[in-house]
Amino acid sequence: MWSKRVKLGLAALLMTGVLAGCGQTENNNAGGNEETPKKEETYSGTIALAGSTALQPLAEEAANAFMEKYPDVSITVQGGGSGTGVNQVAAGAVQIGNSDVPAAEKLDDKSKASELVDHKVAGIAFAIVVNDDVNVDNLTTKQIQDIFNGKIKNWKEVGGPDEAIHVINRPASSGTRAAFEKTIMKDVKINDSIGTVQDSNGAVEQAISSTPGAVSYVAMSYLIGEKKNLKTVKIDGAEPTVENIRTEKYPFWSYEYMITKGEAKEEVRAFIDFVKSEEFAPTVKKMGYIPMTELE
Amino acid sequence: MQQMHTKRRNRWLEEYIGRTFAVICGWLIVLITVTMIIFLAVKGIQSFTDSGLSLSDMLLSAQWDPNGTPPKYGALIFIVGSMLVSLGALLISAPIALALAIFMNFIAPKWFVSLLKPVLELLVGIPSVVYGWLGVTILVPLMREWFGGSGFSLLAGIIVLSMMILPTITSIAADALANVPMAYMEASYGLGSTRWQAISRVIVPAAKAGIATGVVFGLARAFGEALAVQMVIGNTIKLPSGLDSPTATLTSVLTMDMANTINGTPWNNALWTLALILLLISFFFIAVIRLVGPRKEG
Repeated sequence: MWSKRVKLGLAALLMTGVLAGCGQTENNNAGGNEETPKKEETYSGTIALAGSTALQPLAEEAANAFMEKYPDVSITVQGGGSGTGVNQVAAGAVQIGNSDVPAAEKLDDKSKASELVDHKVAGIAFAIVVNDDVNVDNLTTKQIQDIFNGKIKNWKEVGGPDEAIHVINRPASSGTRAAFEKTIMKDVKINDSIGTVQDSNGAVEQAISSTPGAVSYVAMSYLIGEKKNLKTVKIDGAEPTVENIRTEKYPFWSYEYMITKGEAKEEVRAFIDFVKSEEFAPTVKKMGYIPMTELE
Repeated sequence: MQQMHTKRRNRWLEEYIGRTFAVICGWLIVLITVTMIIFLAVKGIQSFTDSGLSLSDMLLSAQWDPNGTPPKYGALIFIVGSMLVSLGALLISAPIALALAIFMNFIAPKWFVSLLKPVLELLVGIPSVVYGWLGVTILVPLMREWFGGSGFSLLAGIIVLSMMILPTITSIAADALANVPMAYMEASYGLGSTRWQAISRVIVPAAKAGIATGVVFGLARAFGEALAVQMVIGNTIKLPSGLDSPTATLTSVLTMDMANTINGTPWNNALWTLALILLLISFFFIAVIRLVGPRKEG
């Protein structure tokens, strides 16, 4: 009997909590509307994003900033990988699919691809990273190709210590690896039977810093802030800066895409424009991505 | 009289509602399982029906190069990797588990058993990512020190897995041993056997079926485990050349690539086929459990 009463009490408490919560959000929304009447246009609705984990942090930051500006819009951002992004947007499950590559490169069925629209929202630079004990600070594209192809097996062959090279790759389906193959490896094949494979930027980071002689590639957005403990290597003498990317001195970078299906609704378009905008650009830069304003 | 009648009717109603609910739940489970199997089968055979891959290429070729021209989808490396890592884990943990089960049932003092049991239950409950994480931070560097190379290796996967399946096998084996009637033990003592003789020649053989069930359960769990193995095995696309060499398993390649491929592409279909292979292998294990399991009791 007692336990029944307790349960009832708990249920009642929960209910009031939920109801109170509802009331509060409504109030907030109303308040928000009153505060931003000076904006000429206002947007409402819900936008769901899913896909690329490389783009996810930026998309989340953009969603928060956008929702602050337009409190009637509610945005949810999920990861899942570029494949998930393209799948979900093609199926109409989300309004925006985040991807490291254009939709057409992922989809075999071209009729499906024609429905999808790619929007370049930012650039992302990648860096070759090595373990601390590798005192090499520059590699040529040719040397990198030979390392990942398995021709160069010891750091002394590229002016480093006499130490075996340990290659860490990303899985074949990874967007970061796709960028690496496209801009650095070009026609040379990555040798998958050497070294190991780690399936996320985080796992690569962990493996690089703990494995002597290790080399891999990660997105620059993973090298800013507190994560500076990884040692980056210049490619053909160039560092991964926006300037070097714009002047084509640094090859290892790619665009990030937000993909929509067919004609996007106005709040979706407004959100994508916001990500690319001058206004949001400083945040983009701060998070280790390259704003579109600096690329075009 | 009237009151008694309604009382009886109420009870009958309650019974009836309860029974209906239970039946519906039972059918729901069956339905969910069957639909999942059908879904997986439909998806899994698309590699052969839509993408034109051949079964023998898929099962017997070690060429996995989904990005290549032409792409190749040979799953042999992963099948071998999964088998080696789970059989290896079994080789380590089955003897230890059996010893532990015997110890718990016949040798350890009561207070120690009441400590050991919750500890084993706790081990089952630890999420696999924690095992993986411990493997990466402790085991992999140790492997590197002992064998050279990167430390990510088949052996690291085997050790992590054997930790994970040890409690499963132990508890099932311990239950099986506990089910052997005490009379067997007493009878063998009566014939003048030592404790060791009684345990090794009477009790363990009598509990053979139950112990075997535990071992197959452990094997099935090891085969399906993804995350912890993926974190320490290296995921290199090649057949292992030794215990210190990295390789990949069915589950590790699935978790790494599933999210980044698109529905309907040959690559995605090939991954579904890998999932189907996993399912068929667990079917096989379940069949084995059925065969060895309930044959005799005590």
